[in-house]
Amino acid sequence: MLLPAAIVVFGVIVYPIVRTGVTSVENVTSVMEPNAEFVGLSNYAKVGKNPAFWSSMNRTLYFTVVSTAIELVLGLALAGLLNARIRGRWLLRTIVVIPWAVPTVVSGALWKGIFNPQFGSLNAILTQLGLISEDKIWLGSPLLAMNMVIVADVWKTVPVVAFMLLAGLTSIPQETYEAARIDGAGAIRTLRSITLPLLVPSISIVMIYRIIEAFKVFDVIYIMTGGGPADGTKTIALYTYYTAIRDQRYGVGSALAYMIVTAIAILSALYLRALRRSEMSLL
Amino acid sequence: MRIHTKKGVALIAALATMALVGSAGLSACSKSDGGGDGGKTELNALFMKQAGYSEEQINSMIEAFEADNPDIKINAQYVAFEALHDKIVTAAPAGTLDIVLIDVIWPAEFATKGIVLDVTDRYPDSWAEDMLGGAYHTAEFEGKMWGVPWGPSTKYFYYNQEMVEAVGATAADLDTWDGVLAVAQKIKDAGLVQYPLAWSLKQEEASVCDYGQILGSFGGQFTDADGNLAVNQGAGIQAVEWLKATIDDGLSNPGSLVFLEDDVHKTMAQGEAAFALNWEDSFDGLQDAESSNVVGKIGLLPTPKGPGGDRPGINGAMALSIGTGSKHVEEAWKFIEYVTGPGEQNKYPTGWLPNWKASYTDEAITSLAPELFAAAPEALATLILRPTVVNYQAASDALQAQLQAALSGAKPIQEAMDAAVAAAAAE
Amino acid sequence: MSRRTKKVMIYLTAVFAGFLLLAPFGWMVLASFQTQAELVARPLPWVPGKFYPDRYIDIFTSAAGKDFRAAMRNSLVIASSVVLVSLFVGTLGGYAFARLRFKFRRAILMTFLFTYMLPQVALLVPLYMILYNIGLLDSVMGLILVDCSLVVPFVLWTLSNYFITVPLEIEESAWIDGASRLKALWHVVLPSARPGIFAAAMFAFLLAWDEFMYALIFSNSNASKTVPVAISEFAGRYITDFGKVAAGGVLAALPPVILAAIFQRYVTSGLVAGAVKA
Repeated sequence: MLLPAAIVVFGVIVYPIVRTGVTSVENVTSVMEPNAEFVGLSNYAKVGKNPAFWSSMNRTLYFTVVSTAIELVLGLALAGLLNARIRGRWLLRTIVVIPWAVPTVVSGALWKGIFNPQFGSLNAILTQLGLISEDKIWLGSPLLAMNMVIVADVWKTVPVVAFMLLAGLTSIPQETYEAARIDGAGAIRTLRSITLPLLVPSISIVMIYRIIEAFKVFDVIYIMTGGGPADGTKTIALYTYYTAIRDQRYGVGSALAYMIVTAIAILSALYLRALRRSEMSLL
Repeated sequence: MRIHTKKGVALIAALATMALVGSAGLSACSKSDGGGDGGKTELNALFMKQAGYSEEQINSMIEAFEADNPDIKINAQYVAFEALHDKIVTAAPAGTLDIVLIDVIWPAEFATKGIVLDVTDRYPDSWAEDMLGGAYHTAEFEGKMWGVPWGPSTKYFYYNQEMVEAVGATAADLDTWDGVLAVAQKIKDAGLVQYPLAWSLKQEEASVCDYGQILGSFGGQFTDADGNLAVNQGAGIQAVEWLKATIDDGLSNPGSLVFLEDDVHKTMAQGEAAFALNWEDSFDGLQDAESSNVVGKIGLLPTPKGPGGDRPGINGAMALSIGTGSKHVEEAWKFIEYVTGPGEQNKYPTGWLPNWKASYTDEAITSLAPELFAAAPEALATLILRPTVVNYQAASDALQAQLQAALSGAKPIQEAMDAAVAAAAAE
Repeated sequence: MSRRTKKVMIYLTAVFAGFLLLAPFGWMVLASFQTQAELVARPLPWVPGKFYPDRYIDIFTSAAGKDFRAAMRNSLVIASSVVLVSLFVGTLGGYAFARLRFKFRRAILMTFLFTYMLPQVALLVPLYMILYNIGLLDSVMGLILVDCSLVVPFVLWTLSNYFITVPLEIEESAWIDGASRLKALWHVVLPSARPGIFAAAMFAFLLAWDEFMYALIFSNSNASKTVPVAISEFAGRYITDFGKVAAGGVLAALPPVILAAIFQRYVTSGLVAGAVKA
């Protein structure tokens, strides 16, 4: 039963993975000469010694932690809202779907437009409401730009997170809540002792999914800032893209790619280990 | 229960139909594309969208070429400038592109890595004589030619005539950067516009172009005698200090740090800036009443002089090259020769100016873009070159990032430029 | 807090959340109907001065809109095919992981998950060579192939997690009635796991619809250019016509929004069925 999936996935990617692995221990500096001198682990050493790598790693961690945390909290709240028995719930659910359905490239361009210092709608709102007197350059300084990129990412991703959690919420039987109410449990207690524990499988999926995605974040930054200002939003995926494709340092770039995967794997493993206790968890 | 299952099946069926119908339609299309042309040689050419020659202009050139060469068919693809370099690189191993448009900063990289062909032997001797110097060396690396220039290109100085006149100044006052800043101060004081100057200093190649033009006006060069990046001394530092001062003094739009050429163009078009540097094709756009408020009010000059009297423009030319893996080198050359020749180039000077000296004195041609042709001879007389080094992209990336750090005040200028030089040397 | 205030609070929060989520998109819709002059005017006119549908008319009728129409068609074909393929193989595989006990189960699942961690940039050049060698460069088939390799691990992972939550008993009762495993999977497990399946289908569609880097590098012409690539070309270094980006963005969002709106109803109905059973 697994065979079809295995063929579809591994048939496509085994060769590239091996190829990238081989490249990562060779001194490949041109796309036209895929076979070059063997240099052992020196590409990895080169990456490790480069301060630019570590600062992009730090930025990526910042992006991952901040965006995942915000998305999880807001996503949980939104999921609760979507699950509440209110009139027009279908309308709310449809609205929530929209940011998710907007392609990342479009949402990047959209937020770039919103944050445009000259013609953007954010500065227009703020000045016209009298909240600021001078145009703010939202994407003009490193940390601010990173936070604005996170805003764009959160807008697009909270709905996904909410729907994933909603799917988990809907599988919690209503009777459990009624029983809790009869026992006199308050809202916060219900959340802590019923909803969250039963949501563990969904939350674990969401967390892993978001950690992986956030660590690989590329499209939205490529469109919004291209890594600027002053490298302030150059995350590890952009750094790798620039190194491998733009500078044609494939050896070093491949080593970088393997290091990203290792980092993600370590993060996920640590997280899964923490979750192992739960019976509901798959692993 | 059963109803739901049925609906699910119906949905899947709908998806399947969509996939099947769509792919059937597509394969039918591709068949009709591939078939019919029996015997024709097909060339794949990669151009860029939306700068220099427009898509329509290039398509007209292709039509003309195909009419004269009925046995050759050109499949033109247009990509955004940002994707151009990476597309050429990733396509190179498979040799799928016969003709590629390359930027003046790439010949070193593409030549050493074997991505485009050496066409030196195909250059007629007369070209050295007939072509403008600023164009001729575009695709040159280590004495060899790796493509044919498609027009000389640099950033011109655009100014809003109405605003300049309103403060009692004339174009003559804009001959030097000192003069420009003095007029800018008057315009700001008069409240005509909040920020008189706009630059494209986003962390992209654009910032290197604007910086380079100021660097040149201070008499500097990007590299030292050994070809190493050397922007951390003398003019290299002065240029950054000068740019930063204009931002700190409120003369330059602080948004410049996130602007690309297009943002600068729009700011100019809205009458929100009095002065800006931009490429030649911006002029035509500023005369378009649909998107511009300043139609007929824009003047064009060569870039202003620095303290030493230097005024080199940045060399922003592009060239057409033949991909290494091309199986139709002769036909590709034929096409390149055709569209870079005076016959086609002279028709579309609003995109890029012609390569050919003779075009600049021919009234019939100069009248198609009189303002550009008037400013061009002086603007193109001296050009500042970005470093012609193999690892240009890495050096440029480092420079862009550190320029931003310096201009935004995140780092002291000297420290930032030292870091740029060190990073470029380390790559 | 009384029941009534609580209700009001919930409604207020819902309206507020809805507004925040909708506002950026709403602005994009407005912008797509404004002229270029209005878009760069200051102060920004919030309500379009006049209705300006020209961009949409252009996209649907003019020769220049041909590229975008082709991109829409390519994206639809690619995304639908990816959904079909990945749901098929993902259901089988996901079920196997959830129900069957076999050697190296955990290692194999981890391997699938591992492939999902691979940054696309690492595979670009080798994949390019593969597609070239099998003649699928710049083709819809080629993009379906590489997109499936991206989407399947995710679908597999999501579905197997859902199948685990489906009670084993209902399946066992089907076996007792003489149904084979596959039959039981189709008739009993799948209907119960409907929310998961529809969620997975939505994900698969959106992932494929959204995919940018592969499409950017592996497509060269209208034969395979997808919507994200077409839109990224509207927003290049030299010309950014925000109105065009907006109009393209609205159209690009339509198919997934429509699909998602339909699917989310099924998620709801799946909830009712589940509650009844429990």
